[in-house]
Amino acid sequence: MTTMTDWLLDDSPTSRVQASLGRGYRMIRLLMRNPLAVIGAVILLTLIFAAVFAPWIAPHSPLGQNLSQRLLPPSSTHWMGTDELGRDIFSRVIYGARITLMIVALVAVIAAPLGLLIGAVSGYFGGWTDKVLMGVTDVFLSMPKLILALAFVAALGPGIENAIIAIAITSWPAYARIARAETLTFRNAEFISAMRLLGASHARIITGHVLPLCTSSMIVRVTLDMAGIILTAAGLGFLGLGAQPPLPEWGAMISRGRAFILDQWWVATMPGFAIIVVSLGFCFLGDGLRDVLDPKQGGKS
Amino acid sequence: MSRIQSSPAALRGSVGALGGFAIVTLLTFVGLMAITFFIGRVIPIDPVLSVVGDRATQEQYDAARVAMGLDRPLAVQFLAYVGDVFQGNLGHSVSTNRPVAEDLARVFPATLEMATLGIIIGVGMGVPLGVWAAARQGTWIDHLIRVFALLGYSVPAFWLGLVGLVVFYAGLGWVSGPGRVDIFYEGVVEPRSGLMLVDSALAGDWDVFWNALDHLILPATILGFFSLAYIARMTRSFMLDQLGQEYITTARVKGVAEWRVIWTHGFRPIRVPLITVIGLSYAALLEGSVMIETVFSWPGIGNYLTVALLNADMNAVLGATLVIGAVFILINKLSDVLYRMLDPRSR
Repeated sequence: MTTMTDWLLDDSPTSRVQASLGRGYRMIRLLMRNPLAVIGAVILLTLIFAAVFAPWIAPHSPLGQNLSQRLLPPSSTHWMGTDELGRDIFSRVIYGARITLMIVALVAVIAAPLGLLIGAVSGYFGGWTDKVLMGVTDVFLSMPKLILALAFVAALGPGIENAIIAIAITSWPAYARIARAETLTFRNAEFISAMRLLGASHARIITGHVLPLCTSSMIVRVTLDMAGIILTAAGLGFLGLGAQPPLPEWGAMISRGRAFILDQWWVATMPGFAIIVVSLGFCFLGDGLRDVLDPKQGGKS
Repeated sequence: MSRIQSSPAALRGSVGALGGFAIVTLLTFVGLMAITFFIGRVIPIDPVLSVVGDRATQEQYDAARVAMGLDRPLAVQFLAYVGDVFQGNLGHSVSTNRPVAEDLARVFPATLEMATLGIIIGVGMGVPLGVWAAARQGTWIDHLIRVFALLGYSVPAFWLGLVGLVVFYAGLGWVSGPGRVDIFYEGVVEPRSGLMLVDSALAGDWDVFWNALDHLILPATILGFFSLAYIARMTRSFMLDQLGQEYITTARVKGVAEWRVIWTHGFRPIRVPLITVIGLSYAALLEGSVMIETVFSWPGIGNYLTVALLNADMNAVLGATLVIGAVFILINKLSDVLYRMLDPRSR
């Protein structure tokens, strides 16, 4: 074990793999020193674990109705009680982790690379390309995200896929801004000029040298944005525009429980706790990651 | 402050900033209209069908198509749309059977009232909390405020609204339930500004005033909590920047009292950047009110928007989107230009 850490922390790594593994190891060690970041990481790992092993964790079926067991309060058999169709709320919350994880993963996979590319191209070329691309970005940035997502879903039609598309459409501009700012700091650096002199194409410089340098600030921002994405998706679900019943999406579950809120409070409140815990987890981890990956901003907010 | 602004150079700078502000804002508005136009006319596979319904004859369909101007090129359609919007014509709502612009003018004051009280609560609590956290950096108070602020980013507004109703309305009975006033106060006060508190105060009808405040206080506080989160975080961050400066150390070495170091030396310089933060939060509250209004059956623009969404009433959806977007942009740009005019470094 000692030799392993010695190899990882070697000040003069002999290969690229060793260097990047060593950097990752140092970062994780730094991150582990921040208690909130550790809590965040544990919450996320739990979310992923729950999503992957949902059929084994959930004590009941998420869709199986049992009308004789309607609206039961939390007990030892039904940890979070049952809903208006006698379904076990705890099992539905566990299965809901799959939907939440899918939404955040897909939004991140669509919006982050899109914003990254637009921002990097804009900052790298400058001039009119920059003006036009940033003009479009600024228009999107100065729009209210939730309202825009609502309008997009209204046109595309309700459903979880359209909700994901709508959220992604409203999320990319922030990433474009960050990627552009980052690119501007090194677009005139010597290693870029050197690549140009070597005859590398613009596409190769951008994908091979500009984009990788933007990724760390992008990871921080995406992690911090995840809470907002989860809330927007849950909000769309709550309004009946996101995931459709009988899917156990947390926002839609709260919406169903609204009718019983005064007498059977657990139906609407339990899925809310899941949303809060997962969003907080992303916030904690994002804050911790920022302190490690982006020391300029770290420790202030 | 007045000393700085009276210099002629500063005044010229402000005028220049205002000109640039007007152009940028106008361009952003056109961008906003391009987006709503795109959502309304380009994304739907057949916008005509969504208006006439699927039982229309071919003649009715063609007539509707021409009436909507869909036979013209897209660019011409867009110009016509922009012209309509500038004339205040946002189309006809299918669900209320009235012009959308009229509907929006009727519901907007309710949202404005809630968001305004919300931002007052958010600033009144967020700024002191942020300053407090910065003054006690690294202590448990700082961590507690940090977690409290992070909760503002993690709690769904609609969920907090429901829980608030259960606890404070059904459970404790401290506040009134959904709606703007109790049913028997409905329509008692003649709407002048549309703001229930202002109207009832003007009419001197204090029963209505207190009842309206009773209904307003819970949703506004919940809304304010979300701006509190952002305002407290930003205040803390600005304050830490200031408290790390050398002149603060000098003040402390001179033996200035700690509260004076914090409020006079530390807080005064951050008032200008805070204006931008407050402006942004205010705009965000107008948006955030959509969820809260749905939960509290608050007859504002958010409720109007969600009802229109569920009825697939596209004109109303786009009209509401346009108005919320326009107000959002306007507040954003105004706080931006205010920042530039007040910040001596940007001159």
